[in-house]
Amino acid sequence: MIEIKDLHKSYKTGKSELHVLKGINFSVKEGELVAIMGSSGSGKSTLLNILGILDEADSGTYVLDGVPIKNLNETLASQYRNKFLGFVFQSFNLINYKSALDNVALPLYYQGIKSKERNEIAMSYLKKVGLETHSHHLPNELSGGQKQRVAIARAMASHPKVLLADEPTGALDTKTSYEVMELIQGINDEGKTILIVTHEPDIAAMCKRNVILRDGLIVEDKYITQQRVTANV
Amino acid sequence: MFNIERWQEIFEAISKNKLRTFLTGVSVASGIFILVILLGAGKGIQNGIQNQFAQDATNRISIWPGNTSKEYKGLGIGRETKLKNRDYEIVTQKFEDYIDNKSAIYSVWSGNIVFGKETGTYRVEGVNPNYQFIENASIVEGRFINLSDIENYEKAAVIGKKVATDLFKEKNKPLGQSINISGMMYKVVGVFTDPGGEREEQRVFIPLSTAQKAYSAGDNIRSMAFTMPKETNFNKAVAESKKFTEELGKVLKKRHMIAPDDESALFINNSLEEAKKIYQMTDIIQAFFWFVGILTIIAGVVGVGNIMLIVVKERTKEIGIRKALGASPASIIAMILQESIFITLISGFMGLILGLLVWAGIGPSVESDFFSHPEVDFNIALTTVILLTVAGAFAGFIPAYKAAKIKPIVALRDE
Ligand SMILES: Nc1ncnc2c1ncn2[C@@H]1O[C@H](COP(=O)(O)OP(=O)(O)OP(=O)(O)O)[C@@H](O)[C@H]1O
Ligand SMILES: [Mg+2]
Repeated sequence: MIEIKDLHKSYKTGKSELHVLKGINFSVKEGELVAIMGSSGSGKSTLLNILGILDEADSGTYVLDGVPIKNLNETLASQYRNKFLGFVFQSFNLINYKSALDNVALPLYYQGIKSKERNEIAMSYLKKVGLETHSHHLPNELSGGQKQRVAIARAMASHPKVLLADEPTGALDTKTSYEVMELIQGINDEGKTILIVTHEPDIAAMCKRNVILRDGLIVEDKYITQQRVTANV
Repeated sequence: MFNIERWQEIFEAISKNKLRTFLTGVSVASGIFILVILLGAGKGIQNGIQNQFAQDATNRISIWPGNTSKEYKGLGIGRETKLKNRDYEIVTQKFEDYIDNKSAIYSVWSGNIVFGKETGTYRVEGVNPNYQFIENASIVEGRFINLSDIENYEKAAVIGKKVATDLFKEKNKPLGQSINISGMMYKVVGVFTDPGGEREEQRVFIPLSTAQKAYSAGDNIRSMAFTMPKETNFNKAVAESKKFTEELGKVLKKRHMIAPDDESALFINNSLEEAKKIYQMTDIIQAFFWFVGILTIIAGVVGVGNIMLIVVKERTKEIGIRKALGASPASIIAMILQESIFITLISGFMGLILGLLVWAGIGPSVESDFFSHPEVDFNIALTTVILLTVAGAFAGFIPAYKAAKIKPIVALRDE
């Protein structure tokens, strides 16, 4: 599903140049649930953003579901994001003037689906995350956990091949974090490929594979026995 | 443009962001509103001033005699030019096409007028019926001198309003009363008012024929006055009247043996030349209002552009989110532009209609001597709305384009 080879990325700030990713080799098969870990500043978000075509690598190759991602113009990039990828952010990134339902329906709008069908699909995903009763609430009328569930519903609504989540539980307490992880495990159980950036070992333990970054390189990559959330609570 | 789904998306953004919509709308609407008010005021002043001069018969031409200052064909200087009935007849016949209203005048500067115990000295003018229109006098009661007065040497008098109040006070009705003018009794047949005010209303008109007889003038006349037919084109009117006065001068000078370049033997005054200056002034006023109006529009365009910049800045994060969810750069630009065009257009129309309503509402109550019919050319106002919309779209395009170009990761980082 995902295949990257010798990926490099550096940021220029003023005169100095910061080499963040120093040759990442990494591949993910369909249906995997991967936790990307590492200390702050190790380049986790940078890697995830490149995987999400939100940012571009300086060198190296990236193949997503057999499609080489290289020198895309913005129009094509946005199409790929829409078709292949779903995003979940630490800060939720919901559009604050849109209701939960409209937020979830937004990626479908960009797929050209008509509003009636769009709302039906969006509603079914809200149901899946247990928020059908909150469909007409605005983001600021929702709790952090509810917002993240809406964001997950939105990421799922466009049927992406890969779900990318950058610290999805970073702004949530333990209990809510586990609820979100339960949801993610459920989605993964249905066969979706998911990559999660996290700091928390207990969250990483709920994934099937742990990748550890340090100084722009993968220093550890191991498959683990998944801890089910239901067993924990 | 006619994609319903996209309009729904835009209406949602508009209706859920009321403050933003309101601020954009208000700045556009007020710009157009101010423009409409300005144009209306400019037009009102122009109409007012032009009315003023229309009241004073702008196209009046007067001729009165003087003394020669140059020798001509063996004749000496200092000869008095004497205008006669015959001069008037020849001139009016020869220049029939140029002339609208015409009158020969025999006037006496200080005629002693008595009614009962009241007495006063007024200017007495023997005139033809047409003279009313040359003076632009309006009749308050009764009538003006008419043709039968002239033919029958009637002792009829048309007196100014001031004369009427002086002689008759409040007590007596002027019409039908007999007054003594320079020792002869006249019947008051009319009272007139003149836009020139009291000074012009201290006059008494009597039939020309009667005046010539009463003052033993024979067939002498003191002056002639004409108006020319109204021209819609002002410059043409000026040119025509200039031609007329020149020809007129030539004919009369030839008849009276006056050197063609003698400036003091015959005076011809052309009021249109004066009026031209006034018209030029109203043009300047009009140009000034346009100038201010155009500055307003420029300010409006800059304002809309600024708001678009702020709107785009404010929406950077939203744009990042949308792009992460699959929005193409083109759809982002279209969204921002369509929203801005829609708001500018609607609020522009509201400003336009509001301005027109204000003029319709207060227009009649601000009507005065120097302000009249403050109408605004609807097409000009409409063009301005469209211009502002297009300019707003252009002003909005640059930030929209930039926003659409920035990498979603950069946009998402925006707080
Ligand atoms: N746009 C940028 N410009 C310059 N430097 C950047 C930029 N984005 C990230 N960096 C730097 O790159 C390095 C890696 O950043 P990254 O966000 O990938 O870290 P991270 O592993 O996600 O950290 P955290 O756990 O704190 O989120 C950091 O040192 C950061 O300061
Ligand atoms: Mg990070």
